[in-house]
Amino acid sequence: MLKLQNVQAGYGNILAIKDVSLEVERGEIVTLIGANGSGKSTLLMAISGIIPCRKGRILFGDREMQGLEPDRIVKMGICQVPEGRHIFPELSVRENLDMGAFLRTDKNGIKEDMDYVYSLFPILAERRNQDGGTLSGGEQQMLALSRALMARPVLLLLDEPSMGLAPLVIKQIFEIIKKINSEYKTTVFLVEQNAHQALHIADRGYVLENGRIALSGSAAGLLENPEVQKAYLGI
Amino acid sequence: MNYFIELFFSGLTRGAIYALIALGYTMVYGIIGLINFAHGEIYMIGAFTSFVVASVLSIYGFPLIAIVIMTGFAAAVWAGAYGYTIEKLAYKPLRHAPRLSPLISAIGMSILLQNYVLLAQTSDFLPFPKLIPDFPFMERYADVLGSSDLVILLTTTAVMILLTFLIKYTRIGKAMRATAQDTTMAMLVGINVNRIISITFVIGSALAAIGGLLIASHIGQINFYIGFIAGIKAFTAAVLGGIGSIPGAVLGSLVLGLTESFATGYVSSDYEDVFAFSLLVLILIFKPSGLLGKAVIKKV
Repeated sequence: MLKLQNVQAGYGNILAIKDVSLEVERGEIVTLIGANGSGKSTLLMAISGIIPCRKGRILFGDREMQGLEPDRIVKMGICQVPEGRHIFPELSVRENLDMGAFLRTDKNGIKEDMDYVYSLFPILAERRNQDGGTLSGGEQQMLALSRALMARPVLLLLDEPSMGLAPLVIKQIFEIIKKINSEYKTTVFLVEQNAHQALHIADRGYVLENGRIALSGSAAGLLENPEVQKAYLGI
Repeated sequence: MNYFIELFFSGLTRGAIYALIALGYTMVYGIIGLINFAHGEIYMIGAFTSFVVASVLSIYGFPLIAIVIMTGFAAAVWAGAYGYTIEKLAYKPLRHAPRLSPLISAIGMSILLQNYVLLAQTSDFLPFPKLIPDFPFMERYADVLGSSDLVILLTTTAVMILLTFLIKYTRIGKAMRATAQDTTMAMLVGINVNRIISITFVIGSALAAIGGLLIASHIGQINFYIGFIAGIKAFTAAVLGGIGSIPGAVLGSLVLGLTESFATGYVSSDYEDVFAFSLLVLILIFKPSGLLGKAVIKKV
């Protein structure tokens, strides 16, 4: 479904992504693990069209995506929950969710999906009229995830959803990701530093080091891999 | 007491005009962080467009009310087109340049537009037709509030209500707020940020043009230079209220208008600008983010 071929991307003179090829199949959860500064977020920003893909190709189905405007990419069904959540701080919870559905026009469907995310995260329903900026970190992550779901994505790009959250909240968020994947067949590309959690819910994984894919394989295989254990799992 | 009330209303009227211009400054700043120094010129172009359209329409003998509405509409659309074009030509290519570059481009645009109107029109003051008649029912209050002051206040109030509604409840308005709060995220939810920026320029310019029409008819003359001082004053008002904040721009404008009016009335009209800018200096010293502005906390 999503295919990256020799992608190169970066900010200014810094080439964070040097040469990345990977593939995400329909219905999978694929994770990309890597240390701080290995270029994970840059890669997601390139897929979403926020920064240009300098070399290589990004394919979605059989359409080339590099060079498309970000709103076109969202329209194709690729939604990102960026690192740090990026809640619109002075829009209410409700308005944040509305923004997630910005490109949709099916009023009834939007209403349904809003009820659905409220059922996933009842706390958001409780706080629907509160400004997004007043939520706690965990609530903001729930809102960020819900906002992306409001677009009814085909492919969900998640950038470090566990960052800065309490273990219990992380567990809840990952359960929901798994649930969305199995119930709605939403394909998930999950970028994580928290390799342990990520590999546990993923089907397959890639390891990014210095802007290149260093390892790849099934999630179970990577969990057993001594190099991964040493570098990312702290075993 | 009558004198006080008269000064109060004349201050409100001034403030209302400043507000129509200040909104353009503050909305553009809110979205792209740029002080659009060419904005005062848009107001001037609005006044000139009104002059041309109103003159032509009155030759054809349209009733006054029709002239006012059509002139206002034409000025708003034409100025909106200017705002749109200016953004595309002078600011969009510099979107990722250092912050100083678009600012200098804005100053250049301002000088260009002034001189263009100077060459295309005239350096003399042009008499502006009186579009707002003296209403008979206002005669009793004529010593405190003139008819055109009343029209200015009512029009501005109506425009503010419309704008508030637009920004608070419509899809475009929410997208404007979202873009102002987090541009990258706005792109990630599928908002076409370039289009939102264009819309912001068009709305701001249309408001300034309506201000240009109202004040030109109120004062009765225009020239190519009126945008400069009005622009600086409205900018002052926007900073006073907290640049980037829409209610702030309105509040700052009213405070500035009233200050000027009372200073003129009770001290001397020579000191009008002294009071206006002293107020700005005081606010900047004691509340640098403006009356309703938020202190910006930069994460490092």
